[in-house]
Amino acid sequence: MVEFLHQFASGLALGGVYAITALALVMIYQATHLVNFAQGEMAMFSTYFAWKLIDSGTPYWLAFVATVLVSFVAGLLIQRFVVRPFARAPILASVIVFIGLAFIFNAMAGWLYGYTIQSFDSPFPGRPWYGNVYMSAHESGAVLVTFAVLALVYGFFRFTPLGLAMRASAQNPVSSRLVGIRVGWMLAIGWGLAAAIGSVAGMMAAPIVYLDPNMMSGILLYSFAGAVLGGIDNPWGAVLGGFVVGVLENLVGAYLVGAEVKLSVALVIIVGVLVVRPSGLFGRRIVARV
Amino acid sequence: MTPPILEARALEAFYGAVQVIFGVDFLVEDGGVTTLLGANGAGKTTILRAISAMIRRAGRIDFRGAPMAARATEDVARLGVAHVPDGRGTFTDLTVEENLRLGAYIRKDRNEVKADFERVFGYFPRLAERRRQQAGTLSGGEQQMLAIARALLLRPSLLLLDEPSFGLAPLIVADIFKILRAINRTDRVSLLIVEQNANLALELADRAYLIETGRVVIGGPAATIRNDDSVRRAYLGY
Repeated sequence: MVEFLHQFASGLALGGVYAITALALVMIYQATHLVNFAQGEMAMFSTYFAWKLIDSGTPYWLAFVATVLVSFVAGLLIQRFVVRPFARAPILASVIVFIGLAFIFNAMAGWLYGYTIQSFDSPFPGRPWYGNVYMSAHESGAVLVTFAVLALVYGFFRFTPLGLAMRASAQNPVSSRLVGIRVGWMLAIGWGLAAAIGSVAGMMAAPIVYLDPNMMSGILLYSFAGAVLGGIDNPWGAVLGGFVVGVLENLVGAYLVGAEVKLSVALVIIVGVLVVRPSGLFGRRIVARV
Repeated sequence: MTPPILEARALEAFYGAVQVIFGVDFLVEDGGVTTLLGANGAGKTTILRAISAMIRRAGRIDFRGAPMAARATEDVARLGVAHVPDGRGTFTDLTVEENLRLGAYIRKDRNEVKADFERVFGYFPRLAERRRQQAGTLSGGEQQMLAIARALLLRPSLLLLDEPSFGLAPLIVADIFKILRAINRTDRVSLLIVEQNANLALELADRAYLIETGRVVIGGPAATIRNDDSVRRAYLGY
């Protein structure tokens, strides 16, 4: 039983990483109906940036904030200069751009920082918190950070004029322009936010999965599974899906199939959801007349 | 004399490569009401879209006597030209209040916006009752009111209205036109109204233009158009 709870709890910690990565995927999906396949590699690159800062003596939380800000700006610029030129192109062109971006970041990280696996310090060192025997201090901290990110994102979209304008732009770009919203910039800010959120996911994941250029490829797959499970057009469904996938992955890996093949759990979830309930648990079913 | 708030000269408009409007001239007096009449598919909606830079256009549009420099839809809105689009353009997943807040999105004068909210709720008390409701669940008439209210919160100097009577019961239409008159008279907002209900539009308007297949057939003071027997028989159907 203790073993089970332990597996459950550490699934929750990594599930939080999947949840916010899924949230980043959904944010871009809602605005453009495209899945950013480079989301994971962008987060990985941000994590290397943080690692470099910490390595050169910057205090952890300062490096954390700097990384989030730099990632935001980088995401914004990538949208403006790399993604936007393909806005009117066929969907396949955008998908190719995303895949290309993923390869570029992966190769750049390997070139700049090498392919050797690095350890990444946790900001939550030491013994487990307050008699929480099922989670390490970092796992508890990661869950806490996840919830902080979710609360901030919720507050931003729910209570600020900019958040409202971004929701409006995603929903009805034509009407948004008619009230004077600069829809193109809203998309760019959306990319910036997604990149910033992704960088938090990367920094929380790195102490668990270690830092290397391929650290996010598995995580992106699990996050995508979580987003599909919860409904790719529903942010809260995707977040919940991320947690569920994290826990399932750990339990199935520990008790059913073993750690070597547990990545296939994600694929089974994706295929299963698409076959049984394509819109996900909380997604909106869209019927189109052809 | 103040120049017209809007004057189009040899205006052309295109959907992709297809030309739909072939050199139309019309004007909206400052503080006036102009209506564009004509059958389905005549190009009335297209003209409004061309003004709001939603489609490619050529020719000339003067705003307050100077060429309209705005090249993007959002810049036209920022000039103070509000557009109530056909289909009403409701943000269906947002609440009524959020829809209205978006109308005032570009404004910085918070206190004035607050006063405008009250003014708009005075015109449309139904919207005040439903401010927390999801806008997509409103009836057609209420969504039309919401679209007009949202446009008013921009505090426009010119309001473009695309078939405000479309699909609504006669009583509600009469109501909406009464409010449009008040908006024009008391708030000094100039109106450019596209309508199929010619009778109603001509009562409100001081200038009218008849559009057919992308061209102006006849235009001038609304009274002249209203009393021209041949026009009435041929185009207005009564």
